[in-house]
Amino acid sequence: MISLTWQWLTDPATWTGPGGILAQSVTHLRISVIALALAALVAVPVGLFIGHTGRGRWLAINVAGAFRAIPSLGVLFVATLILLPRLSGDLAFELPVILVLVLLAVPPVLSGTYAGVEAVDPAARDAARGVGMTESQILWQVEVPAALPLVLSGLRSAMLQIIATATIAAIVGIGGLGRYLIDGQASRQYEVMAGGAIVVAALALLVDLVMAGIQRVVVSRGLVEARAG
Amino acid sequence: MRRSTLITLALSATLGLAACGGGGDPMDTGGGEGDAGGGDASSAPGSLTVGSANFPENELLAEIYAAALSDAGVEVDTQLNIGSREAYIAGIQDGSIDALPEYTGGLATYLNPEITATSSEDVLADLQENLPDDLQVLEISEAEDKDSLVVTRETADELGLTSIADLADDAGDLTLGGPPEFETRPNGVDGLAEVYGLEFGGFRSLAAGANLTVQSLANGQVDVANIFTTNPAIEENDFVVLEDPESLFAAQNVVPLIRSDAVNPTIEETLNEVSAALNTDNLTSMMVQVQTDGEDPADVAREFVDANLGG
Amino acid sequence: MIGGVAWSTVGELVLRHLYLAGLPLLLGLLISLPLGWLATRYRWLAPPMIAGTGLLYTIPSLALFILLPLLLGTRVLDDANVLVAMTLYTIALLTRTVADGLGSVPGATRQAATAMGYGELRRTLVVDLPLAVPVITAGLRVAAVSNVSIVSVAALIGVSQLGQLFTEGFNRNDMGPILVGIGACVALALVLDAGIAALSRVLTPWLRAGAAR
Repeated sequence: MISLTWQWLTDPATWTGPGGILAQSVTHLRISVIALALAALVAVPVGLFIGHTGRGRWLAINVAGAFRAIPSLGVLFVATLILLPRLSGDLAFELPVILVLVLLAVPPVLSGTYAGVEAVDPAARDAARGVGMTESQILWQVEVPAALPLVLSGLRSAMLQIIATATIAAIVGIGGLGRYLIDGQASRQYEVMAGGAIVVAALALLVDLVMAGIQRVVVSRGLVEARAG
Repeated sequence: MRRSTLITLALSATLGLAACGGGGDPMDTGGGEGDAGGGDASSAPGSLTVGSANFPENELLAEIYAAALSDAGVEVDTQLNIGSREAYIAGIQDGSIDALPEYTGGLATYLNPEITATSSEDVLADLQENLPDDLQVLEISEAEDKDSLVVTRETADELGLTSIADLADDAGDLTLGGPPEFETRPNGVDGLAEVYGLEFGGFRSLAAGANLTVQSLANGQVDVANIFTTNPAIEENDFVVLEDPESLFAAQNVVPLIRSDAVNPTIEETLNEVSAALNTDNLTSMMVQVQTDGEDPADVAREFVDANLGG
Repeated sequence: MIGGVAWSTVGELVLRHLYLAGLPLLLGLLISLPLGWLATRYRWLAPPMIAGTGLLYTIPSLALFILLPLLLGTRVLDDANVLVAMTLYTIALLTRTVADGLGSVPGATRQAATAMGYGELRRTLVVDLPLAVPVITAGLRVAAVSNVSIVSVAALIGVSQLGQLFTEGFNRNDMGPILVGIGACVALALVLDAGIAALSRVLTPWLRAGAAR
C-alpha cells in the first residue's frame, strides 16, 4: 500500500496532463482563493465595524458559531439542487462549492478581525484621538495595522479549512485534488486516494507557509518590536 | 466525587475504543452478525444484514428484500447507501453486510473483466463460475436495469442519434458524464472506445448519484450520460436511450447476492419469491413512486411485498 | 413526518450522529490532556507537537474515513473508522488549546501551590487543570461544533447518521430531507455547544463568585 502510493506519487505521469496533480492543484487553488477572497470581502469589514464600534459583538459571535455548525455536505447539495438548473457551464458546479467554502471561512476571518481590533491597546486609541485623528483615521492608521496579525491568523486558519474541504467539490463533478479521493474510492484504487490525501495536506501546508511569509512582511515593524521587547 | 465520575467515563471510553478497534481481525471472515449461518440446520429463520448500493433503485430493492425477510420471521438489519460496487463488494466480503440486490451483468463483469456473454443465461453462467466461494447468487428475477447511454431529445434530433454507434462522428465534441467508476470499468469508457471506437471530448465524473447525472444532462453540462434504464427521469425529461447494437452493456437481471454462510432455507425461499414477483415494469413504476412522487422507499417496498408475496 | 422524513428516523439519526461526534470528543480530550501537559512541561516539545497534531487537521475527512480501514484492519463500514478519524480531529484542535490553557496559569499561582507542598502531578491536577478549564472548554466547544459538521461527510461511505439525509434527499431530487438534516445538525451542534458552556460554568464556580463582586 505504502509502496504503491509512493509509486503513484513519483510517477511523472501522475503529475502532468489535464488530469494531473499540477493541473488539479491549480483548479483547487483557484477555487480556494476565490472563496477566501469573497469571505474576506464580507467578514473583514463587518469585523472591523464590530471591533471599532463594539456594536453587534454578541450577534457576530452567535452567527459565527451557527455558521460553524452548518454541515458543508448538506449546503453543497442544497446549493447544487437550486443552482444547477439555473446556471450554465462549469459555473453551475463551481458556484455551489464556492458558496460552501465561503460559509466555512467567514467565522474564523470574522472572529480574527474583531478580536484583533478589540485587542488594540486603548491607550494607543486615546493617544490617536489626543493628536486629533478622525475616527476613520484611527481605524485605518491605528486599529487596522495593529489588528493585522490576528486578521491574518484568521485568514490562515480559514484557508487551511478551505483547502481540506474543497475536496468535496469532486462529488458534484468539478476538478481539484478531491478527484483523486472520489475517483480513487469509486474504483478502489487506494494508492490514488492516499496519494491524493497527501497532496492535499502538502498543498495546505505550503499555502500556510506562504501566508505566514506574507504575514511577516506586512505586519508593522513596530508591533513586532513591541512584542519582542 | 467528580474525579470518580471522570475515571468511570475514561474507563468506559477506553473499553469502548478497545471493543471497536478489536473487531478488526482481517482474517475474521465469519458471519460477523453472530449466529446468522452455519450451526443450526433446523428451519430457524436466522438473522441478516441487507445492504444496498448508493442509488435509489438498489435501496428500494434492498427494502423489498428486508420487508419480505422480516415477514418470514428473519431478523433483518439494513445498511443502505453504501457506495459503488467496488465498495459494497468489499463490505459483503468482510461481513459488514450479508446480502444485497445485485445486477447479473455488472457483477459478472466486475468479477471477470474479459466477459463476452450478453444474454441473461450466459451472463448468469459466467457469474456463477467466477463468484468467490464465500458468496452466492440466488434465482435471478426477470426485472432488468441496464446501463445505458442517454441523450436529450434535442441532441438526438440535431445529430440524428438512435444508437450508440451513431455517436462515431460527433463523440470528440461531446462530453460524457456518469459515476466515477464508469470511467475505469471495462464496460464503461474503455468499452465504448473498444467496441464502438468512441473517444469522447471529455468525461465528467459525477459522484453524487444518478440525480446529479440527470440534472447535468438536462442542463447541458454533459451531452451524453450514463443512466440506468429504469430511471423515471428518462421519461420525465424526454431523454432518448441510445440502442446498444453491439451489446456492450450486458444483461442486468436483478439477483440477490448473499454470503454463503448467511443463507438458510427460509432466507433462500423468501428471496427467490421476491425475484419471481419482480419484473422490469413493476420495478419501473415503483421507481416512479420513489423518485417522481417522493415516496419513502421503505413504504413502497412494504406495499409491494404485501400485494405480491401474500405476506 | 417532517420534510418527508419520519420523526423516528430523525431521532435515530440524531442519536447516531451524537455518538459518532460525541464519543470522539471525550476520547480526544482524554488524549489531548496529557499531550498538552507534555507540551507545557517540556517547552521544546511544544512546537513539533502542536505542528504535528495540527497537521492532522489538513487531512481531508473523506480520505481519512476511507483509508483508516486499511491502516486499522477494521471493516470498511465499521463505526470505528469514523470514531477514530473524529478522535484524531479532536486531538488536532485540543492539544494546542490544552497547552495554551495550562500555560495561562499565572506563575505566582504555581509557585504558591509548590510552596504549599504540592507535588507536580498533584499541582497539575488540582491547581493548573481547574484554572485551565475555561480555555479548554472553549476549545472543546469549537471541536464539538466542528465534529458534528464533519461527521456528516461519513454519509459518503455509507455510515448512517444525519448526513444520510443529504445523500438520500439529493438522490431523490428532494430538498426536504436535506434541509431537515442541516437543521438537525445545527441544532445538535448548538445543544452540544451550550452543554459544554454550561459544564464549564459549573466547573469554575470561582469565576462567577468573582463576577458577582
